[in-house]
Amino acid sequence: MSEETLQFRNPEQAEQLADRLEALMVEVDGPVNLMHVCGSHEQAIAKFGLRSMLPDGLSLRMGPGCPVCVTNMPEVDEAVAVANQGAIVATYGDMFRVPGTKQSLADARADGADVEIVYSASEAVELAEENPDEEVVFFATGFETTAAPTAAILVDDPPENFWVLSAHKYVPPAMEVVAEMPDTDIDGFLAAGHAATITGYGLFEPFVEEYEIPVVVGGFEPIDVMLGIERLLEYISEDVAGLENAYPRCVTREGNRAALETMWSVFEKTSGEWRGIAEIPGANLALREEYADYDARERFDVEPETGGPDPLTEQCVCGDIMAGKADPDECDLFGEECTPGNPVGACMVSSEGTCKIWHEYGGHPDL
Amino acid sequence: MAGHTNSEGEKQQVENETADGDVVTLAHGAGGEAMRTLVDDLVVPRFTDADRTAEADGAGVGLAALDDGAVHPIGDGSQAIVVTTDSHVVTPRFFPGGDIGRLAVAGTVNDLAVMGATEPLTLTCSFVLEEGTPIADVERVVESMRETAREAGAAISTGDTKVMGNGEVDGIVINTAGVAHVEADDAVTDAGLRPGDAVVVSGTMGDHGIALLAEREGFDFTGDLKSDVAPVNDLVRAAMDAGEVTAMKDPTRGGLANALNEMADKAGVGIDVVEGDIPVSGAIASAGEVLGIDPFAVANEGKVVFGVDPDDAEAVLEAIRDCPGGEEVTIVGHATEDHPGRVVVDTGFGRRYMSEPEGETLPRIC
Repeated sequence: MSEETLQFRNPEQAEQLADRLEALMVEVDGPVNLMHVCGSHEQAIAKFGLRSMLPDGLSLRMGPGCPVCVTNMPEVDEAVAVANQGAIVATYGDMFRVPGTKQSLADARADGADVEIVYSASEAVELAEENPDEEVVFFATGFETTAAPTAAILVDDPPENFWVLSAHKYVPPAMEVVAEMPDTDIDGFLAAGHAATITGYGLFEPFVEEYEIPVVVGGFEPIDVMLGIERLLEYISEDVAGLENAYPRCVTREGNRAALETMWSVFEKTSGEWRGIAEIPGANLALREEYADYDARERFDVEPETGGPDPLTEQCVCGDIMAGKADPDECDLFGEECTPGNPVGACMVSSEGTCKIWHEYGGHPDL
Repeated sequence: MAGHTNSEGEKQQVENETADGDVVTLAHGAGGEAMRTLVDDLVVPRFTDADRTAEADGAGVGLAALDDGAVHPIGDGSQAIVVTTDSHVVTPRFFPGGDIGRLAVAGTVNDLAVMGATEPLTLTCSFVLEEGTPIADVERVVESMRETAREAGAAISTGDTKVMGNGEVDGIVINTAGVAHVEADDAVTDAGLRPGDAVVVSGTMGDHGIALLAEREGFDFTGDLKSDVAPVNDLVRAAMDAGEVTAMKDPTRGGLANALNEMADKAGVGIDVVEGDIPVSGAIASAGEVLGIDPFAVANEGKVVFGVDPDDAEAVLEAIRDCPGGEEVTIVGHATEDHPGRVVVDTGFGRRYMSEPEGETLPRIC
């Protein structure tokens, strides 16, 4: 591990920040609910046991920040349908076991379909190049951080046997939906540092203004997270809706302009259902008309007949968890009917999903 | 039953179909809940009916214990035979630090060793070869098995070879079984941990699993990522001669997290560990961060987790440190009466659980 990384893993510094949080909570004099919008934040918080360092009354909630979790079941069904039509479906590891209404891609592979796990869009292109006689479809999921690389592939003349099935999503409109939910009482947002490396933190200015709520962009090392929380509590204690970049070593105000231009040249915002949350205008990324030749939805029959979902999913509260209204252990299925080995909801599948993370690390166990 | 503990990245090739039409998936081969259900519900009840050897008469260790091997008392009960078996399928078959042959021999020797049987009497070797596999590869694997067996002081004395058609099996599949003789009192299980016992790991964690994942995915990390695959029977013998070893397990598939959880669960104790005390090499830690894979959740193939009487801990540590592969032996924590069945990690920041990894080890999206 590099010196630079270790410096953001200094327990004494975390201890000092924890003392500062304690003092700020006294100033605020009431419960505070903060929401982070990123599975990697939840990972860091749970993995380093940060919740056990937080003062009473300060609650850290996970928002719709796991791209796998918010991928809607019919989108998984589309990928399964393509795989069952004989194409090679390439996707990120996280997506592999997410249940659709009938099958996951893992189920489809067990039944004989060709499903490959890739680490990047470019690896999916390599797969197409290595299999010129096959049709290769990249089931493309993720937020800005993965949408930009997918776009870069498409502007770079990929092979003719390569298509993209886009389930890419765009975070900011989802934050607005959560901020507007009447029963979601959020006092501040810790925004995702890696998405902001692409979009820039300036993107949140209108949001802060409209919803009068502080936003701090934070990194993923334990000190980054503690610092982000401290900055948010400062704003809340002063009753100010400010915007701050607490991750300046990676994030700028403007973001990565070249990546953004490429992304918006390939994708356009459409309305789409985020699993368990809501139909969100402008939060799905669809391929523009100019890239229809690479659009798997144009090439394949992606509207298969699907059965009703597993009745257990009716009891799954993933939607409430991602909207910050419930913790995983408030779900009746958690750890019983729903486990990482046998997931009911997508939140129990992905390593970015709150339920999976809580199952692995214990959320905020009383230890 | 060691057959269910084959290594990280290996594939289960079972083709059973249950009454309701469910089929075996790769998740069944990845350890954790899916495999446990398959083995517990489908296999164990049927085989333990005929298990006349062990738990039935209160001695020995049988199938239901799901330990690394079985212990069969013989004669007047003061002596015992330890038996274990493992199947090996690994991609790629030659990897940094080892190959499938070394893995097959070391895996079986180690399963015997962590039952306290450090002097294998004999090993068996069954090959299932895919048509089209280069003879040179087979020769290289057999040579590696010979060298590893010699290193462990073991002999391979019986075996079998089958060939299947192209595409019907993945290259080279090796099954090895091992037999050893022990004084019955010398047998150690993975269930013997007592509150207060020191929890000791013999060296760095995650080397095999992370090295293999990186190799398989074509990641070219700077730094030396190498599997730790090696026989550990000499190291185990040194530990047992130096003090009271109360429990042992080799942290193969599912890694340290799986081993500690099984040990805590079977003994009905809690385990507290300090994350900063668990040895992980710099290269493995960095590669794990990049891949999004926890070095504690992937396989080791040349390491042992020990429960040790606290009074003997220093002596055991010293003895292991003098053995090849034991240079970084460390006390990582202790067993406790609190939180029985669970493993709690002090991260240096706060405390959290270390749970058993479930499902396949898959890289994260971002």
